Amino acid sequence: MEIKPRILIAKPGLDGHDRGAKVVARALRDAGMEVIYTGLRQTPEMIVESALQEDADAIGLSILSGAHLPLVARIMELLTENEMDDVPVFLGGIIPPDDIPTLQSMGIAGIFGPGASTQEIVHFINDTLAAAQGDRAA
Amino acid sequence: MNELIAGVLDGRARAIARLLTLVENSETAAETAVTALYPHTGQAHIIGITGPPGSGKSTLVNEIAKLLRQQGQRVGIIAVDPSSPFTGGALLGDRVRMRDLAGDSGVFIRSMASRGSLGGLAQATWAAIKVLDAAGYEKVLVETVGAGQAEVDIARAAHTTLVVEAPGMGDDVQAFKAGILEIADILVVNKADRPGSERVVRSLELMLHLGPIGGTRHHGRILTSPTPTANGTAGGWQIPVLPTAASEGRGTTELVAQIQQHLAHLQTSGEWQKREQERCRHELRQLLQLRLLARLDTAVSQSEQDALVTAVAAREIDPYTAVREIYNELYARDWRLESGQPPSLISNVQSPFPENL
Repeated sequence: MEIKPRILIAKPGLDGHDRGAKVVARALRDAGMEVIYTGLRQTPEMIVESALQEDADAIGLSILSGAHLPLVARIMELLTENEMDDVPVFLGGIIPPDDIPTLQSMGIAGIFGPGASTQEIVHFINDTLAAAQGDRAA
Repeated sequence: MNELIAGVLDGRARAIARLLTLVENSETAAETAVTALYPHTGQAHIIGITGPPGSGKSTLVNEIAKLLRQQGQRVGIIAVDPSSPFTGGALLGDRVRMRDLAGDSGVFIRSMASRGSLGGLAQATWAAIKVLDAAGYEKVLVETVGAGQAEVDIARAAHTTLVVEAPGMGDDVQAFKAGILEIADILVVNKADRPGSERVVRSLELMLHLGPIGGTRHHGRILTSPTPTANGTAGGWQIPVLPTAASEGRGTTELVAQIQQHLAHLQTSGEWQKREQERCRHELRQLLQLRLLARLDTAVSQSEQDALVTAVAAREIDPYTAVREIYNELYARDWRLESGQPPSLISNVQSPFPENL
């Protein structure tokens, strides 16, 4: 049996624009990954619970509401509480460049704004997961 | 692995999630896990939910689980969605409809890709059910991929099978076709708020009342029954047709009551043991099949098999002759292995499970 990366795609917060999340979900599916799509208006608690139950290898968040800083902070906090720090989190949506260093310092592994190609995201996930696997094996 | 198994028996979510991944990814892990957990299984009431895509299975699972939680039962959910036949990828979207269950530690939801299985479940679903059973979930709800007419594996995996239909799926004749409708212990007509739902209820009821002679259906196969049962019954169970509007929570209380009644029926009629027997028989044969195929692949090399495929495609030999050749070769090599003679055609043949066969 082949091992498939399991990626959770979630939209935290209150904005209703899920096209970006769907495009990414579709691209990851076509790249041979198993995408758990959780839909709109997820709370950080719901996202972390889903990632835990689904044993997600990575979490992708799409945020266009501008509330990325508090949402990401809370999600990262919950991941730590659940001993899931090793699960890489990547972010898409409308993220002002000024906020990127803050988000990175919170532990966000990758940020993909408008214009990022889906190919780029697929490569990012593959590389990140390969590196994580290498770390675990070492 | 031992740590994970202890964690599962303690009902720890992280351990359950991890073990489910292992069981899904490796046959060997599934074997180890099931061997360790099996003595702790057999407690859960396994409920299958099947039906066409978009008939509202996930929404219904959400409602059923909420009601079962109100009765204080712990609920495990396995939701299967299809894998792409081309890329192997999958979009697992059943959680979208199950958001009401978030934050409840008495519910565990796991999405699962079918990974090439065609019967509506994934190969690993059987082992996954056992993991949730051993973890102490009293009800295990198994939602199949959107099923058409012939995906009937769920009836072999579950104690109680719900077949969910919705208005607009076809005329009366559809209700009379063999296959998925026959496996139902409970027929649900969801989206009963839509026009045409009464007609679907009526055609299904008509189908049940015009039911065939004798023969009781269990697990998708017809068992001969000593005494012909009344029409529309399975093992003395009157198959109900229930209209629901899951998105509004209508009809779901009755549905859960029927599910519980079906459980009581199984337990009092001796049907439970019969179904367990059938379930185990099917599972055994399935595992054996996998193993024999795995052995075939190690004993007769891929290139040898490919050569025969090419010959069949070129019309040099027919498929039956090709199969006979593979089969004879496998048998001959096994015999040489057993009698201690070195296999003559391929060296280093290693059966994946030598000690077990």
